[in-house]
Amino acid sequence: MYKPKMKLTKEEQAILDGEQGPVMQQIMETVVRFGDMFEAPRLVNVTHHEGHLVTSFGIGIIKPLFTTMDKLVEADIHTKAKFTVDPRPLDYENVKCNLIEKLVFNKILYSEQARYEKQLTAVGLKNKNAFTCACYFPEVGNTPKKGDILSWAESSAVNYANSVLGARVNRNSGMIDLFGSILGKVPEFGLLTNEGRKAKWKVTLKLSKLPEAQILGSAIGMKVMEDVPYVIGLDKFLGKELNDDVKGYLKDFGAATASNGAVGLYHIDGITPEAKELGHKLIRKDAKEYVIDDAELERVYKSYPIMWKKANKKGNLAFIGCPHLSFAQLNDWTDKITNALKEAGRSKVAVRTIMTTAPDVKEKFMKTDKYQQLMATGVKLSCICPLMYTNNPVTKIRRIMTTSNKLRTYSIARYYKSDDMLKILAGKGE
Amino acid sequence: MKTFKGRVLAKGNWEGEAIVSHQGVNTLATFQKSALKNAKTVIASDQNNPDIFKKELTGKALCLPITIGSTTGGLVIQAICALKIHPACLLFSEHIDSLAASGVVLANVWEHSDMIAIDNLGKEFLETVKTGDKLKVSEDGTVTIL
Repeated sequence: MYKPKMKLTKEEQAILDGEQGPVMQQIMETVVRFGDMFEAPRLVNVTHHEGHLVTSFGIGIIKPLFTTMDKLVEADIHTKAKFTVDPRPLDYENVKCNLIEKLVFNKILYSEQARYEKQLTAVGLKNKNAFTCACYFPEVGNTPKKGDILSWAESSAVNYANSVLGARVNRNSGMIDLFGSILGKVPEFGLLTNEGRKAKWKVTLKLSKLPEAQILGSAIGMKVMEDVPYVIGLDKFLGKELNDDVKGYLKDFGAATASNGAVGLYHIDGITPEAKELGHKLIRKDAKEYVIDDAELERVYKSYPIMWKKANKKGNLAFIGCPHLSFAQLNDWTDKITNALKEAGRSKVAVRTIMTTAPDVKEKFMKTDKYQQLMATGVKLSCICPLMYTNNPVTKIRRIMTTSNKLRTYSIARYYKSDDMLKILAGKGE
Repeated sequence: MKTFKGRVLAKGNWEGEAIVSHQGVNTLATFQKSALKNAKTVIASDQNNPDIFKKELTGKALCLPITIGSTTGGLVIQAICALKIHPACLLFSEHIDSLAASGVVLANVWEHSDMIAIDNLGKEFLETVKTGDKLKVSEDGTVTIL
């Protein structure tokens, strides 16, 4: 029997001793041992009970997940509250696949999808619309408050919840997120502590204009890796108000810091909640410094390798929305694409284009005139995870373009700045 | 012969060959191809990690600073342990990261894996150990380059 190093309450110790059955015992042991590796002094209560799971896909590589889920279902174990989960990997209606791709997806890669979704439902999945990486959108409603303790793992959602919402969550792995949501408890260490939320990097921006969120995030992520950065100079361009446009910008910026590095929390001077409250007190005395100017951003942008087999050919599929687009971003992209096409004298986009968003956001958007406007351009709107779609050998024959630095990092998709992507969609670029 | 002492996360005694990554190991990118194929051994498939790309990891001591990449990382480690194609040891020069820590615990508690894990071996360990070196790992966290 495992002897915990952290101090447990009587109730927690009883679960570890097996009083609630062997599966709950294993769950408690996993969480306690995980916390012990980080010298966590105790478990603390999850205060935002609605969980979010990073594993939405029934991919064959993680077979033990399905076995564990079977054990949970058999033992009638549920999460404390309903949870959301990352996007589905497939959407044949809006993201067409050829027969070979379908065969690979259905029989090899995502062969366990139907079984896994049944398991998720049995353990506490919120509803059919629960599949998005941006569960914190108001339309989805899994939105923690400042100071809330969470048990999440999706890297971009952890990053957003910590940084923009001021909630507290570590950069967990899949399964640890679920176990914390079942126990309603997580180990107290790292980003759950005041000390762990202090910045080890002071990042100063000396830029001539608002940078592409995705490139700025990439530059910072690659520099600071898993550390917390405090960014000075962005409020000059974004203002001080956390409105929908700024939240969209920070979502994309944060996802790039999390995927190009391993950032779980960032502070933006004058904008994000803790930076507004504590200011430069959040910067550790021994913080390292990183100055970013226009040339540095261009250097980072030019460093991205082109992984296509035929690098000199034009792209033939565009993905916009990784992480999922917010309602405001959907409207913005719709207007920009419409205007770009009008200027180019075209009615349809020149390249097959898929925009992705949360199911609840899509439903809201479909009720507006903008939806018909977007459909008229030939763009498809899906709730797929572009990453899961591109993460297979068959899809690699396509030359996928994206405005997402996360998608670029985890696939062979080529990154384009937003303005360059608009030109390509209008048939003007490249 | 040089000896290093780290913190034991999953204990065991072992002797065998080292394989060294000087950069963070992207768990998903490294293991996914072999796991998907139900292969009998792991051949590292992360083309962005030249230290270990196309090299066999199964049954060896993977020496690394930390793991990086997708937060499915812990599950991937659990999966390769379930398939019994895992490295014999994970030897971290730094404090273990949260993704690898999840993987070590999941593998131990749910798969009863025999994979050894030691962290905090220090920068000098990673600067000294070379791929192909013979290592002796002891259950008190001592790693000796023979």
